[in-house]
Amino acid sequence: MPSLKDLKNRINSVKSTRKITKAMQMVAAAKLRRAQEAAEAARPYAERMETVVGGLARAVKGSESAPKLLAGTGSDQRHLLVVMTAERGLCGGFNTSIVKLARQHAERLKGEGKTVHIMTVGRKGRDQLKRFQPDTLGDDHVDLSGVKRLGYEDALSIAQGILGRFDEGEFDVATIFYARFQSVISQEPTAQRIIPADFDDTGDEAERAGTLTDYEPSEESVLADLLPRAVATQIFTALLENAASEQGARMSAMDNATRNAGDMIDDLTLEYNRTRQAAITTELIEIISGAEAL
Amino acid sequence: MADTMHFDLVSPERRLDSYEAREVRLPGAEGQFTAMPDHAPVITTLRPGLVVVTAADGAVKSYAVTGGFAEITQGGTAVLAERAYTATADNKAEVEAHLEAARRKADEAPEEHRDAAHLLVDDLVQLIEDMV
Repeated sequence: MPSLKDLKNRINSVKSTRKITKAMQMVAAAKLRRAQEAAEAARPYAERMETVVGGLARAVKGSESAPKLLAGTGSDQRHLLVVMTAERGLCGGFNTSIVKLARQHAERLKGEGKTVHIMTVGRKGRDQLKRFQPDTLGDDHVDLSGVKRLGYEDALSIAQGILGRFDEGEFDVATIFYARFQSVISQEPTAQRIIPADFDDTGDEAERAGTLTDYEPSEESVLADLLPRAVATQIFTALLENAASEQGARMSAMDNATRNAGDMIDDLTLEYNRTRQAAITTELIEIISGAEAL
Repeated sequence: MADTMHFDLVSPERRLDSYEAREVRLPGAEGQFTAMPDHAPVITTLRPGLVVVTAADGAVKSYAVTGGFAEITQGGTAVLAERAYTATADNKAEVEAHLEAARRKADEAPEEHRDAAHLLVDDLVQLIEDMV
């Protein structure tokens, strides 16, 4: 049976934990709002980019001169998986669920006899993958821990790294893994193929985009110019979604933690009061029996 | 014929400007051209240069862009630029930083890309001169 002092200490420590988790939850809520705003603000560019490149891609697809970024290298033997996770933990299953998806993907590809290479963005994913996939994890790692506000520059440098390696012929297919933000309680880990470019073949838009639009200088050169930008844009969108998801996940994880701490404090307080009452009763019995003995 | 069209200037991070315009002058890949309402649909890549927009009320605004592309449709003109600044002397430093990077790239560029890289540098130099 713990003494009164022990109980008091434990209650105090849980109380300070609750204060911390509560503060973290509020910070995450504020950051989430900012991250959502950033994701929202980036949407017009990404949407236009996708319509334009999508329309062009459909027009050029199948033709001999289609750029490699669109048509692929003709093989799908070597895969690059870009796993984007957070730099920090304490955000529930956020990092784990992304890593899990990437791992399943890697195992499946390996089962098919393909070569898999993993590149990581964000420290947490790297730490986890080191344990599960030490052989496929290269030295490629992008550290975003110093980045306060995600900018297009960050995405651009990642994209340039990937594109450079593609040009060198290091891989055939690149897929990015990130969590798509749905709501504070739900973030969906997503795999998205970025090289070769993957566009939905929706009939309507294909027809619309195909109508009489002139391309200057030419369809091929516009496409060759736009595809690398499209890759960077996709990565940027993924980074922003990821940032919002991370804060959302942290917010709900910290909300849970705060609630659990509250429950624990209630239980401990009850136990504390009981123990105190028991001590008082024992003391009274001792006094009364002492008085009777006189 | 419509008098105005919609003009959007969008960067990857956010929408920078959006209003009704009478005409938009663009530094297209094949030379400067002006888009007016009901222009035939065109998608063009942009060179570094000034985008000059005449708003519906006649006010003229110019932006310095360092590349990107423009989409001209029935509905209006959209400029998608990776970086765009209001073309004032205050923002010259930003473009100059960009020019430095482009110069370095041009020096390192392999033979077959060298011409294009130097063209980019020339365009940037011109752009800085145009920014008042």
